[in-house]
Amino acid sequence: MRGYPRQDGRKGIRNVTLVAYLVECAHHVARAIVTNANDTDVQLIGFPGCFPNKYAFNMMQSLCTHPNVGSVLLVSLGCESFHRSALKRHIEESGRPVDMLVIQEAGGTRSSIETGVEAVRHLREASAIDTVPMDISELVVATICGGSDGTSGITANPAVGRAFDQLVEQGAACLFEETGELIGCEVIMADRAVTPELGQEIVAAVDKAERYYSILGFGSFAPGNAEGGLTTIEEKSMGAYAKSGSSPISGLLKPGDHPPSGGLYLLDVVPDGEPRFGFPNISDNAEIVELMACGAHVTLFTTGRGSIVGSAISPVIKICANPDTYRKLSGDMDVDAGAILEGRATLDEVGAEIFELVKSVAGGKRTASEELGHQEFILTYKQFEPAGPACLPRAVRA
Amino acid sequence: MTLNNQPLADKIILLHPDDNVVIVKREILEGDVIEVGGRAIVMTKMVSTGYKLARKDLSSGTRILKHGAPIGSLTDKVTIGEIVHSHNLQSDYIKTHDRDTIDEGHV
Repeated sequence: MRGYPRQDGRKGIRNVTLVAYLVECAHHVARAIVTNANDTDVQLIGFPGCFPNKYAFNMMQSLCTHPNVGSVLLVSLGCESFHRSALKRHIEESGRPVDMLVIQEAGGTRSSIETGVEAVRHLREASAIDTVPMDISELVVATICGGSDGTSGITANPAVGRAFDQLVEQGAACLFEETGELIGCEVIMADRAVTPELGQEIVAAVDKAERYYSILGFGSFAPGNAEGGLTTIEEKSMGAYAKSGSSPISGLLKPGDHPPSGGLYLLDVVPDGEPRFGFPNISDNAEIVELMACGAHVTLFTTGRGSIVGSAISPVIKICANPDTYRKLSGDMDVDAGAILEGRATLDEVGAEIFELVKSVAGGKRTASEELGHQEFILTYKQFEPAGPACLPRAVRA
Repeated sequence: MTLNNQPLADKIILLHPDDNVVIVKREILEGDVIEVGGRAIVMTKMVSTGYKLARKDLSSGTRILKHGAPIGSLTDKVTIGEIVHSHNLQSDYIKTHDRDTIDEGHV
């Protein structure tokens, strides 16, 4: 395995150039620049809001300096509140080539697109670097489930758990998330925490999620989950929880926190304080974006009903839980975990297949969603307090 | 009805010995005979993969166990082999909405 070396010591498994819009008003220009580049490694991200938000700023900082990112073009309209020069400075300090386009100063849409296309060409050249050897222990692997059904918790999710156990064993950092989809699992999860204090933090995080979703009136449960045989949020949770495998839980992260070492980590995605900006994650990609902000190089996405999404920045490996769905959507899937239900494979075999696939995707192999051009991205308003000292008991603190 | 069929044990799976439901692992067709809780049950309708069937007769209020863990409580009595889903099972945490009841949410 080889990776792209970054100044902070991390390594990337891709070397993408991001075109990042800093308000929805700059979205069209940014998208046109990406379309014109016609390069799978020139990708679009952005934040649509005009009002300031510390979380969104931190997320954009983390994403623009993600190990899979080699260079960045920022696209600003000019009058929005996003602190563009601070973001640009942060990217420069990370050692990455960065350029900024302010549409109101660049002569409007047409000339901004022309200037941006030229800027991206220069950034691609400036960020071409040689790879260096990379070990599995340097990988951060995330997991998420989307479009779950009654098969998810029996096939794809526990198979990912098996792969997670192998990855953790070899020193990788593995992230699982969505405390709102772990409601009912908090006590057994707390028992797996490396310290009792971390266990209490995990229980508190799930309690926070239950309260937050209760106030909003909806759990993290879509009509399609019920159409696939799942009835309650705690049933969905039990299935989702299986993705975590059986390793001890080393820490509880907030979006943007980096795992300090290898091991298994839970990401708390539910905002702190009173509900203010709506649902914690309005769709699966919002969760993937937060996992990437924690440094995830690759995401293991399990689905029963049949999600088709990928992501900008980090490849998504699609693991299909339901054999009927796999037959309908096989072109979108990387792994047929439904084979377990039909006796064509065992959980251990599919777990090993996922583990091997992580290594080959880290080595450059393109996933189905990458080949199909999926580069979804969504970032909305949120608020978080920093994680408390009990959340990362093994971290060395300065 | 095809009463002569061999019971189809391979169409369902028991995830945990404590469970009071089994999971459909291959689509069940009308007339299929499945063996659940030691009894042969003739299925009167199609049931999709991933759905839950009662492993025994259960009274209203019973906690349903799957993976050996509680996943909600029955709102009605259920007979062996019957589908356990939104019409007779509710969350002990947050209410589940389908597309027809989404307006009842208060966002």
